[in-house]
Amino acid sequence: MTKRKKSNLLIYVILCIVTVVVLFPLYFIILNSFKGKFFISKQPFELPTGKLFAGITNYVNGLERTGLIQAAGWSLFITIASVAFIILFTSMTAYYLTRVKGKTTSVLYYLFVFSMVVPFQMVMFTMTDLADKFHLRNPLGMCILYLGFGAGLSVFMFAGFVKSIPIEMEEAAMIDGCTPLQTYFRVVFPILKPTAITVAILNEKWIWNVFLLPYLVIGISTKYKTIPVVIQMLVGTNGNKDMGALMAMLVLSVVPIIIFYMTCQKYIIEGVVAGAVKG
Amino acid sequence: MQKTLKRYFPIFVLPTLIAFAFAFIIPFIEGVYLSFCRFTTVGNAQWVGLENYTKALTSQSDFVYSFGITTLFTVISVVTVNVLAFCIALLLTRKLKGTNFFRTVFFLPNLIGGIVLGYTWQQMINAILFRYGTTIVSQFRYGFIGLIVLINWQLIGYMMIIYIAGLQNIPTELIEAAKIDGATGWQTLRKVKIPMVMPSITICVFLTLSNSFKLFDQNLSLTAGAPMHKTEMLALNIYQTFYGKVGQEGIGQAKAVLFFIVVTAITVIQLYVTRRKEVEQ
Repeated sequence: MTKRKKSNLLIYVILCIVTVVVLFPLYFIILNSFKGKFFISKQPFELPTGKLFAGITNYVNGLERTGLIQAAGWSLFITIASVAFIILFTSMTAYYLTRVKGKTTSVLYYLFVFSMVVPFQMVMFTMTDLADKFHLRNPLGMCILYLGFGAGLSVFMFAGFVKSIPIEMEEAAMIDGCTPLQTYFRVVFPILKPTAITVAILNEKWIWNVFLLPYLVIGISTKYKTIPVVIQMLVGTNGNKDMGALMAMLVLSVVPIIIFYMTCQKYIIEGVVAGAVKG
Repeated sequence: MQKTLKRYFPIFVLPTLIAFAFAFIIPFIEGVYLSFCRFTTVGNAQWVGLENYTKALTSQSDFVYSFGITTLFTVISVVTVNVLAFCIALLLTRKLKGTNFFRTVFFLPNLIGGIVLGYTWQQMINAILFRYGTTIVSQFRYGFIGLIVLINWQLIGYMMIIYIAGLQNIPTELIEAAKIDGATGWQTLRKVKIPMVMPSITICVFLTLSNSFKLFDQNLSLTAGAPMHKTEMLALNIYQTFYGKVGQEGIGQAKAVLFFIVVTAITVIQLYVTRRKEVEQ
């Protein structure tokens, strides 16, 4: 028994060390976000006390330079709208492609699956050009592009689930006089809910964090910049780096993620596991 | 039912298909075509045949160099991420108290985006290197090790979650039977647990593989390729060829096609391996 206790203690020690390693970078940016910018490189690991303490100066400076609050607003809007588009449209598409058998539908299905493999660099230049020609360089246009890019994985995951639904229920609904749309929204869509949550989580994670797509499509001169874009600009554009402001903005970028994680933890972990296993 | 549903194509499929055409189908076809052209915009393309490909592979040896360090990076990160994630998953499936808390914390870094992660680590590594009067961009090894540490920090939690799910699916009778037969902890691990979680291992290896091979955001923010493009991995190299200087767009597109072919090859191997494993079981 004592041997078991000892080994358990050892495990706890290891787990605590890992916890410290995992959380240390976050502690590091919080710590330094409250320090005067000239002290950060010389005393990076000291607590922000005495003359090192800068109050919220870094936050004020950073927000002024980046417009992070506005960027967070656009990030939120684009993420929520795109995820809603993706859930609605790709689930309908997946349903149609699964239920209607034919050459066209199977070609389309494999095209969607194929797009999952293709790296973004392959289409980045031509896609940006197309977005320019068709006036997609705005939040709504971004939602359309995210729907297009997210379609591969989402159609694939929804189709996998639709295949497992017995067709009899839909047939019964049709016999009772439902149109395909009514059948879909009253019978099929409610059953898709677990997959819809998984698809939503996976797309949310990607759309919120993606940098290159909004950077290329929306660019840096419009007001529709998202969080990763303004963070990159803060570092990339000014020669004399304000490290204090950078630390403060990094902290503010992580806060929404932590709040989101704490509120939907169960769904996030389940969604990620389900997505990994099927993808 | 199929017949009635078939007429609803415009409602069910068209919205997704139009977005998909804009984001993927048209750009992909244009991209393949442009890789054989010299151009600065899509409008002024001139057919040059295989010139871009030969330039990408020979005189512009930076692509071959990037391919080399990307492969090295991928191999190291696949091994480190999976070994560490599996060990942590083993510790967290011993039914100890507080397991849930640790699992939650370890997964957190995975949700933070590459740009934010990259700058966080850049600041921290620079803070350490400052004592030695240097920075992360001064030497290849600092940047390269930094990238390895970063990818581990980001992916271990993710892979750990998948391994935990795999380990929890092993029937307890199996492990108890092994114990009764007098198997040591090490034997149980090697002869029961690892074979039983082989599907999870395959998934995790390929997830780490494709994440590492296609790494971009973290590379851009942590080192941006410094010093002298020495830590520039494939995705970043392609990006720099496109946007770094004018006149290289064709070469950039050819590199992108080559990149696509390699990624596809990896995926096909993955599917092949996964299928074969499934048949065996």
